[in-house]
Amino acid sequence: MDTATLNTLFAKHRHQSGALLPILHDIQDAMGYVPEKVVPLVAQELNLSRAEVQGVIAYYHDFRQTPPGRHTVRVCRAGACQAVGGEALAAHAADRLKGSDLTLEPVYCLGLCATGPAIQIDATTLHAQVTPEKLDTLIQSLENDR
Amino acid sequence: MNVTVYLPGDAVALALGADAVAAALTTQAAQHGLAMHLVRTGSRGLFWLEPLLEVATPQGRVAYGPVAVDDLPGLFAARFWTGAAHPKCLGLTEAIPYLARQQRLTLRRIGVVAPHSLADYLAQGGGAGLAQARSMAPAEIVRRITDSGLRGRGGAAFPTGIKWQTVRDAPAGQKYIVCNADEGDSGTFADRLLMEGDPFCLLEGMAIAGLAVGATQGYLYVRSEYPHAITALQTARDAVGAWLGDFQIEVRKAAGSYVCGEETALLESLEGRRGVVRAKPPLPAIAGLFGQPTVVNNVITLACVPDILARGAAFYQALGFGRSRGTLPVQLAGNIRYGGLVEVPFGLTLRQLLYDYGGGSRSGRPLRAVQVGGPLGAYLPEAQFDTRLDYESFAAIGASLGHGGIVAFDDTVDMAVQARFAMAFCALESCGKCTPCRVGSQRGVELIDQIRGGDATSLDLLRTLCDTMIHTSLCAMGGMAPLPVLSIIHHFPEDFR
Ligand SMILES: Cc1cc2nc3c(=O)[nH]c(=O)nc-3n(C[C@H](O)[C@H](O)[C@H](O)COP(=O)(O)O)c2cc1C
Ligand code: SF4
Ligand code: FES
Repeated sequence: MDTATLNTLFAKHRHQSGALLPILHDIQDAMGYVPEKVVPLVAQELNLSRAEVQGVIAYYHDFRQTPPGRHTVRVCRAGACQAVGGEALAAHAADRLKGSDLTLEPVYCLGLCATGPAIQIDATTLHAQVTPEKLDTLIQSLENDR
Repeated sequence: MNVTVYLPGDAVALALGADAVAAALTTQAAQHGLAMHLVRTGSRGLFWLEPLLEVATPQGRVAYGPVAVDDLPGLFAARFWTGAAHPKCLGLTEAIPYLARQQRLTLRRIGVVAPHSLADYLAQGGGAGLAQARSMAPAEIVRRITDSGLRGRGGAAFPTGIKWQTVRDAPAGQKYIVCNADEGDSGTFADRLLMEGDPFCLLEGMAIAGLAVGATQGYLYVRSEYPHAITALQTARDAVGAWLGDFQIEVRKAAGSYVCGEETALLESLEGRRGVVRAKPPLPAIAGLFGQPTVVNNVITLACVPDILARGAAFYQALGFGRSRGTLPVQLAGNIRYGGLVEVPFGLTLRQLLYDYGGGSRSGRPLRAVQVGGPLGAYLPEAQFDTRLDYESFAAIGASLGHGGIVAFDDTVDMAVQARFAMAFCALESCGKCTPCRVGSQRGVELIDQIRGGDATSLDLLRTLCDTMIHTSLCAMGGMAPLPVLSIIHHFPEDFR
């Protein structure tokens, strides 16, 4: 992300109080992660120390410090999905995605708790009542889509 | 012929293929020369029927579901737009027993109203609460909320009127209304249903709170796991025009931390910091966001407000059981046949919800346990299924109703695994401020592993550890995480052998 883009992004948030999370989300939405080299720039913009910005990035599960794979598959690991085979699905996903260029992440509840197991692909695609077979089909189509 | 059909654009419906159904509907309507107006609504919350297609008829809306793309040719052949018979026809939507037997109040417009349209919201009776509030003195608004008996739906069940009064009485130039839309508890989705299905109702509740306490700025802190709710709220917020007067609302996306649902951690997060819990006092009502007096309320709490203003405190107060007044949006989740939203007055029993509404397990096997109130809630065995859903009845058995989520497990569940998860989740999500929670939860995981490995002596240590966490943790995260563990030791000891 070049300085000009970053400055435009900063300008968008100048009216907000406590804008660190919105800024980090925007950076990650654009780049897939929050690169180390933007940390001092964000710190300067918000008049914070680098350590404070770094601390926030590290604290929240959402923020990544390294680039993700081509797509992200998040399998719900929370209670209601556990009650309908979510853990077996997560284990299956881990096996299936070993060595893949897709990123597998846990997520703790997508609000689809009556139709689990639930998964999320990238930002907004949701699937409910996901069986291992259905997961394989979904992953296959992500792998085919190059 | 002009027809209006409704199909949810809600997260569950989308997860079950609603967008593909919508696209095919539009194409096939054109092929049939039908002038079809398709409205994407929220979900009624009868999830086993999603995607639920509805059509407006002179008798009312007629429902078809669950509808797959493959069903559409048959539905068109049957002329479904007239409300005609078809194997997937469920009759009048409002007469579906699951819905007909509820008392939909706070969430009565979900699945009905067009969530992006202020005009539709107002046409369906929305806005009456705000209009009423504008004709009242702020003290009268607070009094009406107090008199209604409304208690916070986010988990702690604190009387909303008292909280508002405290903020109103606090002298300050700037006060804030913060809506807690972090809905982190597994098994809960009522906040999401409301935000996606009837967002203007929430905005109205926040604006009324603003009038009551003298705040002109509101923040909506929404979990990032709810991208569709965030979009719905932003769309609604951008459509309010002058309706909310000078009350401003900013929608903030959270960042995946469970403990940020705790109100002081939430305020830290809104201020741009790590979501570390603050010591109380001071209460957020005295010194909250940016040090100013702040109302922090749950989504459903705020969504209850417009009706209380419009219909009066007595109307609301007349519903419910004991000291739990009004309705509770119960969420049936996990291994349950008819999962979804059941809004009923407080006071039904767990058994009624699990069997009369839920239809028992989805797997067809006996239900063995339910966890109520999210990952920090107790597990209840069948012997406690006659407990009534109200705050005091739950407290009396050492459980908590929380946000009203009920997660059902069948008899294949290993309760020792669930106990381990309770501690592991606390370890993962602890804000790290205090030792009993941060270190205790790690230790809890180790002890449970030892017990499962055959070391029975660790059970006493685990009990002592739970006791320490309960009594010495700074907030309810470390203070309640032992509850599921202790309930399992108590009710399901056989799984620890
Ligand atoms: C660990 C933890 C997580 C919480 N998560 C939520 C949440 O996701 N949503 C919520 O409304 N309240 C949550 N609460 C309760 C809030 O701290 C607070 O009581 C609530 O927002 C007050 O609003 P109410 O009075 O309208 O319920 C949580 C509390 C704790 C201790
Ligand atoms: S109990 Fe846990 S979450 Fe709460 S303040 Fe202590 S460490 Fe933080
Ligand atoms: S528990 Fe998996 S979606 Fe809620």
